[in-house]
Order: sequence, then C-alpha cells, then structure tokens
Amino acid sequence: MYIAFMQAFDYVNATTIEQAVAVMYREGDMAKPLAGGTDIIVQLREGRKNAKVVVNVKNIPRLAGLDWAPGGALTIGAATPMHLIYGNAPIAAAFPGLMDAFSLVGGTAIQGRASLGGNLCTASPAGDTIPALIAHNAVCVIAGTSGWREVEVEKFCVSPGRNALQRGELLVEIRIPANATGAQKFGAAYLRFIPRNEMDIAVASAGVSVVLEGGKIVKARVALGAVGPTPIVAIEAEKALIGAAVDDAKAVAAAMAAASTAATPISDMRGTLAQRKHLAGIMTKRALESAISRAN
Amino acid sequence: MTTDTVAIGKRPIRHDGVDKVTGRAQYGNDVKLAGTLYAHILRSAHAHARIMSIDTSAAGELPGVQAVVTSADMPDLSKNTEVINDGEGEGGGLAYMSQNMLARGKVLYHGHAIAAVAATSASIAEEACKLIKVDYEILPPLLSTCDAMKDDAPIIHAAMRTEEAGKLGDKPSNVAKHMQLKRGDMDAGFAEADVVVEREFFTKMVHQGYIEPQATTVLWKQDGTLSIWASTQSPWGVRREVSELLQVPQGKIKVTPTEIGGGFGGKLDVYLEPVAAILSKKAGYKPVKMAMSRADVLMATGPTSGSWIKVKMGVKKNGEITAAQAWMEYEAGAFPGSPVGAGMGVIFGPYRLPNVQIDGYDVIVNKPKTMAYRAPGGTNAAYASESVVDELAEKIGMDPLRLRQLNGAKEGDRRVDGPTFQRVGYLETVQAAINSPHYEDGLAAAPATNIKVGRGVASGFWFNWGGKSSCNAAVNPDGSITLSEGSADIGGTRTSISMQLAEVLGIGVENIKPAVVDTDSVGYNDATGGSRTTFGSGLAAFEVGTKIKQIMIERAAKFWEIDAKDVTLVRGVFKNHSKQMTFAELAAKLDETGGQVVASAATDGKGGAPAFGTHVVDVAVDTETGKVQILRYTAVQDVGHAIYPPYVEGQIQGGVSQGVGWALHEEYFYNDKGLLLNASLLDYRMPTALDLPMIETILVEVASPNHPYGVRGVGEVPIVPPAAAVANAIHNAIGVRVTNLPMSPGEVLRALGKI
Repeated sequence: MYIAFMQAFDYVNATTIEQAVAVMYREGDMAKPLAGGTDIIVQLREGRKNAKVVVNVKNIPRLAGLDWAPGGALTIGAATPMHLIYGNAPIAAAFPGLMDAFSLVGGTAIQGRASLGGNLCTASPAGDTIPALIAHNAVCVIAGTSGWREVEVEKFCVSPGRNALQRGELLVEIRIPANATGAQKFGAAYLRFIPRNEMDIAVASAGVSVVLEGGKIVKARVALGAVGPTPIVAIEAEKALIGAAVDDAKAVAAAMAAASTAATPISDMRGTLAQRKHLAGIMTKRALESAISRAN
Repeated sequence: MTTDTVAIGKRPIRHDGVDKVTGRAQYGNDVKLAGTLYAHILRSAHAHARIMSIDTSAAGELPGVQAVVTSADMPDLSKNTEVINDGEGEGGGLAYMSQNMLARGKVLYHGHAIAAVAATSASIAEEACKLIKVDYEILPPLLSTCDAMKDDAPIIHAAMRTEEAGKLGDKPSNVAKHMQLKRGDMDAGFAEADVVVEREFFTKMVHQGYIEPQATTVLWKQDGTLSIWASTQSPWGVRREVSELLQVPQGKIKVTPTEIGGGFGGKLDVYLEPVAAILSKKAGYKPVKMAMSRADVLMATGPTSGSWIKVKMGVKKNGEITAAQAWMEYEAGAFPGSPVGAGMGVIFGPYRLPNVQIDGYDVIVNKPKTMAYRAPGGTNAAYASESVVDELAEKIGMDPLRLRQLNGAKEGDRRVDGPTFQRVGYLETVQAAINSPHYEDGLAAAPATNIKVGRGVASGFWFNWGGKSSCNAAVNPDGSITLSEGSADIGGTRTSISMQLAEVLGIGVENIKPAVVDTDSVGYNDATGGSRTTFGSGLAAFEVGTKIKQIMIERAAKFWEIDAKDVTLVRGVFKNHSKQMTFAELAAKLDETGGQVVASAATDGKGGAPAFGTHVVDVAVDTETGKVQILRYTAVQDVGHAIYPPYVEGQIQGGVSQGVGWALHEEYFYNDKGLLLNASLLDYRMPTALDLPMIETILVEVASPNHPYGVRGVGEVPIVPPAAAVANAIHNAIGVRVTNLPMSPGEVLRALGKI
C-alpha cells in the first residue's frame, strides 16, 4: 500500500482542559488540537501545517456534548461532531438556521467526525458554520493558562486560517443565546452558493437572522462568508433592515446592495470578485426571506 | 436487429463484476513484489524556466534512498525525429516524449517532471525530493494560442518550425502544424446563403478525470529484461514506448496490464514507466513502484486542449446549408500533438456540405502535453459548430432537428476529411430524437420567476477505429472456453468480446472464460481506444470462434464417423440427421477424437464504422446566480448493434456525464504565472450524481457493413454533442448565447450582463 508522506508527531490523549492547555502552552504553534481530524490530518499530510504534538481533545468531557433547555441558550462542546448536533431532533427544530450550516460541512461520513469547534478554529473564509453562528450572536468560550475568556464568533477569525486563540488557549464550547423572548420572534437561515449541488466550497454565503415584532424587523444580523479574508458582518445591511416592515422590498434591496458593498472578495478558481459581490447580495436576500418565514 | 441470438443482445453478469464489487480486482497500485522500492517525482514549480543546474547530492545521501535520476540517466533522444503514434489523436515525436518523461534543459509546464527518487519508503522518497536543488532561470509563460501565435511571442522550442502541407516554415514558431481541409467555392457558397452566422468560441483545457491515478511497478532484471505492471489502455504501446525511450529491444520487455480504473484516452501513453525502469536499474535491479497523486494526475498527465474556434456558416431560407468554414486553434500543451486534426473531422461531421474550408493549428503553450480524451477534439469542435447550426435554425425559423434532417450526411456523401460514408445512421438518430417522448413533451414549468427553462439539441460524429487484435482460445473438457485476449478492459470488453465468440458457437457467454493477458502471452493488440475494442477485438473473437467451430465440427464428424460437411452446429448442438450432441458433450470427448482443441486469430479491422448521436436536453437557469441545472437528458445514438446493451447504455450515459461536466464546470484554472491552481477534485469540478438526472438513452441500430455482427464503436461519440446541446438549451432559456466553456455560473452571469 502506498502511503502518502505524513510528518511524524507525538500524540497526547488529553482528558482534562488543564492537561490540554498545558501541552498547548508548552509547544505553542507546534501543538495542534485534534477533534474529528477532518481538517488537521489533511493539512498535516499535505504539509500545509506542521505539528510536533497532536492533542486529542475529544475525551475531555466538557468539549463533547450539548446543553440546552427549551427556550434557553444552547451550549455546544467544541469537539462535538456535526451529526450529533443536527441529529438531536429538538435542538435541530429549535435552531434551523444553525442546522442549515452544520448539515453542509462535508458529506455524511465527514459529519460523523467533523466538529463544530474544528470548523470554527480552521477559520476558513468559506467556513460554513461561521456566518450562521454570527447570525445567532454566538460566543466562543476559551480556556487558557491564564484563565478563561469569551470572544464573540464574529471576532474569532482574524485572517485566512488564523483565529483569535493565543498560545496555550483551547476553544472549549460555543454558546448560542435564545435571541428572542416574549412577543419577539427570532428566525435565521444560512445559504451558500456552490457551482455543483454538493461536494463543493462556498463561492459566497450568507447567514442572516431577524427578530420580528408586530410585523417589523427589530433586530437583524447579516454575516457573509467566502467574500473576504474572514467572515464579514455587513453592518450597513443590518441597519437597512432594522425598523423595516417584513415585506419592505426597498429595505431588502438596500440590504442586498449593502451586502455587496461590504463584500471584499478576491478572484480565484472558485469565482471572480464581481461574481462574489453580486452573489453576496443574492444570498443575503434569499437567507433573509428564509429567516423571516422561519420567524413568523 | 435479429433477436434470435444466444449471447449477443443479452444482459449477463459481467465476467469481472464479482472481483470489482468485492474489491478483489488488482489495480495498478495493488501490485506487490518482495523488496519493492517506492519512487517519488520532483516536479517543476514553474510554468516555463531554464534549468541552470540540478544538485541531487543531498537527496542521494538521505538514508533509505537507493537511486536518484534525472534526464541525464535517460538516452538523449533530442535529435531523434521518429514519431510515436498512440493510435488516437496526433502522434508525438519521440524526442518530445522523452523530454516529457524528465525535463531536459527547460521545464515547460507547472508540474513537469525533473528528477525522481527511489527509496525504501514513499515518505523517504518524498523527503529526498525536497532535498534536490534546482536553479531556474524563469521565462515568461505562454498560456493561450492567441499569445503563443503572436509574431513577437517567445519561442518555447527553439528548433520548431511550422509544418504546413508537408513543408517546414523558415522561422521559429510555436505553431507545430497548420492543416487545411477545403472543397468547393467558399465565396459562392456564402453568396448563396440568406443568413450567415459567424461566432467565436473559447474553451479551456479539461481532464479525462479517470478515478484511478496512474500507477506502475517496474523490475529491470540483471539479464537485461524488464517486467512492467501498469494501469494502461495500451500494453503494447507501453512496450513500444519504453523500448524506444530507453533504447531496449521490445522483445526484452513484458508488460502486464492491471485492472484499469478508467482511462478515456489518458492512459494510452507512458508517464511513469520509463522513469521507474531507470530507477530500478540504477538501484541495483530492484522493483520500483510509482503511483501518482491526484494533483500529479491533473498537473502532469495529458488533459485535452483548450481552444479558440471561429465558425462561419450560411443557410438558405429553405434550410439548405450552403457553406461552412472553421478556424481552429488547439493548445497542444508543451509538446506537439493536440487533437485538432480529429476536431477538424468532427466539426462539420454530421453534414453534407458542398463548400467547406477548415483550418487547424496545433499550438505549443506552457501547459501539460495534451493527450487523447474520449472523441479527442470533438466536444469543443461540436460546441462551436452545433451552436452556430442552432442559430441558423433560429434565424430562418426552422426546428433545429428539421434543419439537421435536411442537411444530414448519409451513405455516399463525402466526409470533409475525404472518405465517403458507407451505411451510417445519422438521419435515423435525428428521426428518433424527433419521435422521442422527450422531444414530444413540453418543457417543465419554471418553479420561480428567477428560473428560466429551455431546451437544446445537438448532434455529433465520431470516426471510430478497427485496428489490430489477437487472441487465443482453448476448449476445456467441460465445454467452457478459455479466451486469452490483450485488450485492456476499460468498458466491459471482456464480456462484449466473449459474447461474440459465444455467439459463433451458439453457446451462452457464461461458458467463456476471458482473461486479459500480458504482452508475452498473446499476439499484438492495438490500444483500447478509438472505440475500437468491441469492434476490432470482437472481430478476432469472431475469427477464433469460427476456427474452433470448424475444428469441433470435424471432431463431431470423426466421432460419428461421417463427413464433416454433414455436421451442423446450431445453438450449441452438433447435428447429423437424428444424431446430436451438445458442445459440452463433444468437449468431453476431445481425447477420443484427436486431443486438445486450440485456435488463435490475428485480425486488422478496417473501416471502423462511424457513429453519430443526437442529444436533447432541458435545463433550468437561475438568472440570479447563473447556475444551470440539467432537468432532463435524452441521448440518441446509432450503435450499430448493441452487443451488450447495458454497457452501451452505460457508455452513452458516461459520455454525456463527462460532456456535461465539460459544458458547465470543468476547466484548468491557471494564474498569470502559469501555475495550475485547481489540481484537486475539490476545485476541478466533475459532476457528481447529484448534478445529473437519469440520462435516458435511445439505441438506434443501423448495422455496420464492416463487421459480421454489425458492431459500431459506441464509447466516444456520446461526449461530442453535450456541450453544444447544453449551450443551445441555455440560449433557449435565457435568450443569450454563451460562447465560452465552461458555462459556469460566473460565465452565465456575465452573458446575462449581471456582472
């Protein structure tokens, strides 16, 4: 059997956060956490990343699993694989906008291993979960040698492939608030554009959420994927929607234009700059329509 | 066709089925020899550069490394003018082929092989390659025919002169060859026309996308003989090419073809075998295994040409096409040999044309040397011409299939490239398309205002080939027959060849035991390519069956002590008045009638029986995103005689699938430095099962006059019409003609003026 080259590394099977964090502090960038491994193993094999130590974090109890009560916030352990999240029927029903994204990461076999934390930490500009998490106002809970901190998902990605984690820090869980109470209704959706119907990477994507009250949009989030070095929050698009009636076509057009303007894409083999700016608007419109219908 | 058959036209279980579905089949990378070394190739990081120096010393010193080679370890054939023809597409010069194995002096494309290492593990070989130091002088890359043909373009091969009408030009050029086909009076033809349409089309380089990457194991033995195991379409081609490239007599080389996971023309020539061979020798006569990664396959094997094609056609209001002209520039890649010649034969292939002129150019660019890909050069040619035919029909207000009926080629018409058609079934495919449920049904309703639906049609022609085949057959005591043949089985040909042998003898195909054997175990066989195998190797099977039949009749006569002319063989039963005996019963009595029965045959099938197809496709275009969905697809094809109908249907569906990929998604994406940016199946987008509907097939059977069972090749022509049919459907949906392939979402948005 021909085995492609993979660099040699040590393997640490961490069972506590403290243990994982200690190794990662000691080795810095040369320590890589391993959950599902669907990104890191490929990156190591292809020489795109280097590691001296790979730290398995799946066996740390707090990183594996879900915590949710109806009407409340959802907490997802960073190493929880996608299928355990969207396969949980009550949670999937309560957070359809998240499930749009979680069920898109790879094929079924990949979803059995690929974790939410891994998708987030890979910090791909085209990462499918990230715009959806931003639309849900999700927060990263991070442990480190000097204590714990929280970072909003929209601030977690800093450049292609780079995240906000510092030396010795570990993403422990992702917390998603309930986002609406009382008379307010929350709805969200994530949509991406791919040339094929599957097995593809987003050319442009949008995660949109709205909070509706009395037929009006009182809060809106618009996050764009694959149209910049990191996922982009289209603040002007959000402003165009807030206060508008749900059927205000002018507001939708303004949001589309603002999303296109906010997009700062490159041209590459997946699409051109002009195409991506155009698609940022189209995906925003379509995700918005879906988010509104889910909120109603 | 006749339905009174024993084997032909049935749907038996294929002979290679069980091994393939259980994973037991031995593919190129499954060969395991004791003491095997693993090799890795260092490839060029640049599209065009002079190699100033190569220092392999550090690589050679890495523990575990057993041999390092560069082109200095191969015979220098740079002055050799011999042409090697792979049997399909254009032949390439031996000197060029040698340079493509390992670069000599210059690297000519991103991924061009420079050096190779054999080591005790693949990891060590790969690490050693990183230790090889190459100094480059980077040269400007030429990435399109347009740039390469400019007067002041840098010259890629200093010695190259354009070959034109058998003569070489007088100054250096990047155009290897200019060809012209011409008859009639172009000016008069266009003057007669009521409508003239002229359009230009750009297409990108695309790859066959076979699933199994190239893999080989080579053992150069101390006695000077070589054993080669390879995933190849052409075992004898590998033998000849290795022989020529390494200057070793063919008789010293044995090639064993493994099972092959697709080829589509891309596995006709060698890439790894000569390099593995010299590593084997240099490492001290040890077996060396080389296997490409997917990136290697995409960067450094042989895709098919990108092209620029201009088509001008004229038509009278009554639908008579009066003249047709084409200018075709094909990217050869780094070395001469694009399929432009074949494309010139295809471009107006379906039509009877009084006035026609076609100019074709084989143009060197800094991309991998192109290789045959299923009806080489045909898809992009038909994309251009069949888009223009569609526009002619539109402009004179005629149904596009009606226009094809009026102008379609039939028996006695002369092809543009010279020969006169024998009996062909083009018009029958057009009529069957008109009569198809698909063409009779209306379009599906668009599900939303941003979705537009449309229908397109297109036709295609492919030459097909006969070629040389040999086989051996032996009758076993239980009545089964061992058939040793030499055609690499890509498309289920073990079974389709066996069925023809079985039919001659009137026995079921389950009684035939076919084996694809090595080059020392059967006579010469041309490659599996050119849609020739069921036709050409079927002829050999027919002939060997005829011989076995005659011998067995003589044995029956001997057993009954009567004259052989009084014995018949009907549906596997020997008869003489009231006496009868089955084939198996006689086979059990061979020892009593003169011993074992064996026969061999060697044939050269002439007149490969051209094939035509006519396709109908419905699409939905999302006008906001530019994405095109295939809603419904019907492919009509003259298949001559469907020996094994499921394979014929599968070949058609496979050709359409690849054609749709080429139409909508596939392209080699280079940056301006000539670096290939999408050397993976993530970003080189072949269609998945989710991107295609069930492809309906309609088999039209117009028997070939050149084959006892009426066989025509079926594998290639189905990839010819799809890009044009899809383009015409897109036009029907959105009212705009997309003239660049692929018609990707971005391209459609640009055509719509949305970006």
